[in-house]
Amino acid sequence: MPPTSSTDTTLAHRPNSRARPSGWLAYASAVRFDPLAGRLAPWCFAAAAILALAGLYVGFGVAPTDAQQGEVYRIIFIHVPAAWMSMFIYLLMAIYGGLALWLGTRLSSMMASALAPTGALFTAIALVTGALWGQPTWGTWWVWDARLTSELLLLFLYLGFMALEGAIDEPRRAERACAVLALVGSLNLPVIYFSVQWWNTLHQGASVSLTAAPTMARTMLAGMLLMALACWLYTIAVALVRVRLLLRERGLLPGGKRSEGAA
Amino acid sequence: MAIAAAVPSEAADTCLGAHAMGVSRGGRMLLASVDFELRAGELLQLHGPNGSGKSSLLRVLCGLLPPASGEVRWNAQPVRAGDPHFLPTVAYLGHSDGIDADLSAAENLRFAAQLAGKTAHDAQIDACLDALGMGWAAHSPVRALSQGQRRRVALARLALLPCALWLLDEPLSGLDEEAAARFDILLQAHLRRGGMAVVATHQPLSPPGRILRLDA
Amino acid sequence: MTLARDLRRSFAAIVRQDVLRAWRRRGQVFAGLLFFVIACSLYPLAIGPEARQLRLLAPGMLWVTALLASMLSLSRLFSREFADGSLDQLLLSPQPLAWLVLAKICAHWLTSGLPLMLLTPLLAQQYGMPFAAAMGLAASLMVGTPVLSLIGAVGAALTLGVRGGAVLLCILVLPLCAPVLVFGAAAGAAADAGLPMTAELSLLGACLALSLLLCPLAAAAGLRIAAE
Repeated sequence: MPPTSSTDTTLAHRPNSRARPSGWLAYASAVRFDPLAGRLAPWCFAAAAILALAGLYVGFGVAPTDAQQGEVYRIIFIHVPAAWMSMFIYLLMAIYGGLALWLGTRLSSMMASALAPTGALFTAIALVTGALWGQPTWGTWWVWDARLTSELLLLFLYLGFMALEGAIDEPRRAERACAVLALVGSLNLPVIYFSVQWWNTLHQGASVSLTAAPTMARTMLAGMLLMALACWLYTIAVALVRVRLLLRERGLLPGGKRSEGAA
Repeated sequence: MAIAAAVPSEAADTCLGAHAMGVSRGGRMLLASVDFELRAGELLQLHGPNGSGKSSLLRVLCGLLPPASGEVRWNAQPVRAGDPHFLPTVAYLGHSDGIDADLSAAENLRFAAQLAGKTAHDAQIDACLDALGMGWAAHSPVRALSQGQRRRVALARLALLPCALWLLDEPLSGLDEEAAARFDILLQAHLRRGGMAVVATHQPLSPPGRILRLDA
Repeated sequence: MTLARDLRRSFAAIVRQDVLRAWRRRGQVFAGLLFFVIACSLYPLAIGPEARQLRLLAPGMLWVTALLASMLSLSRLFSREFADGSLDQLLLSPQPLAWLVLAKICAHWLTSGLPLMLLTPLLAQQYGMPFAAAMGLAASLMVGTPVLSLIGAVGAALTLGVRGGAVLLCILVLPLCAPVLVFGAAAGAAADAGLPMTAELSLLGACLALSLLLCPLAAAAGLRIAAE
């Protein structure tokens, strides 16, 4: 039976108090992550610079000249690590996106957003270095090589991610939508790579490959690994810097813009 | 006036609860901590100025918007979005009517029933439309109806499905006095049958039930 | 079992309502098909009327045009529900949202992918493809266009209500559809060369199976995000 008297309840805006998370999950809190990121970033930049110098020295100085391709092949020391990083970063974005959807932490989706431009950059580097390699080797600036075609499609995926993020006004919705997109894209990536491989072998006549000589000298491998590590540390450093900027921009740090109060 | 929908018999024990629930929308924290419990047969009105979070609170209660903190509980169990035990008991009416302008009123109601996995006979649909005074418009396309008439068709959907909890966002907007009176009868019948309702409104309902004031 | 009956009923209701609405607004559906026809007629104007060249390029060109034509209709998939508030009712339905999304995608395919597929043998004549090859191409479209609808639905859900959503949808979805394009056009080319299409059709079938599993879930997640 509905009550006949009315009871008024006025709301008080009491501040939120939640139990503090412990362990690694504590760093999902923006307030704790920010100073940590600030301390780590310069070290990562420094380490990346050192490793890059070492890798370039090995690649351009130490590694032997290739019998078939001459000096031109040395661009592999930039091309291959960039290609590896572009794939790896997309996978990372998908993992962070998955974490963001599962745990609901905004920091995870911001890491994905922070990684995207770097991933796009590495993809572009891979494409440009591929073109620079192709020109002296095959005489054209572009070849429909399996790897280059996959990198091109990957670049479109990165640009799509960044476009979606830019088009949605509300930051929370943008983060979650991009998380779904990254997950769908990462599941689609193996299919894309497989289909491009298949397509390349199907049209045998035009099949050209920008891979290095089958027997890779140990120094060549060492050079590529050093460069890959350098790229990896650079990515970490840049992502940390970008995340700190995003945290301030989206008001998740107290004292910044209107604070939402939830990490 | 016989309305076919009946609230299930377990309704007597049902309880909707909000515990330390925070509501935020678009990055703005609208409500810091909402606490209430609503039992069968009770009405809760949400009063407050524009932008105070009435619509957002209703969306949190039905699961369309996740709470910024705290939780919604149905029969003392926490509710998550898409909870299959909670959804069949909820009827939500938002700011927009949620009806398809390309179909007729009867087709809209039939679709609403089918979406819930039920069939609705023509007689039932006509009775529900009659309850809101829209029986004459059963087969004309909704596009030809006025705003208030569309609102009435949307309200007729409430009469059709047996939901224990009604979450209504300004149901009286655009309605004339006669339609408002009909809605009142509908609401009181629902509460008498053991249903409960949370209604955001600028015009106080009577009898008023409980009132929650949201201050901006 | 009442659960199966409820699922069947809600699926049929959505498909029926969407197809009915598309029929009532059949101008839009025909416009999409007309775009397909016009675009297919542009290639000979651009490339030249040489029959051998056109026939060689036909499967690829028809597939690309079918892909672009289905992009056009995708932005309409959820936009009406979003605009008039029916999306909330869909999200609050007791039926699983992924199932309801699958119903919408099915209806979308019936009103866009299926007509495209039926038109293709006709258009293939413009390119001088023999009848058997044209039927093979149509078969590849029959398996491939549902995948386009499925992947497109994810894009449509993510870009719902966003400024410039239609173009953004194309940008997001086209790279993801690259495998379907590769396998579909290869199937058409195999049919044209008189070779068996089993490998290509199997690959398309695998894409269809994978997207049937994943895309409704992803689109449902996108819809929940859009409605918040």
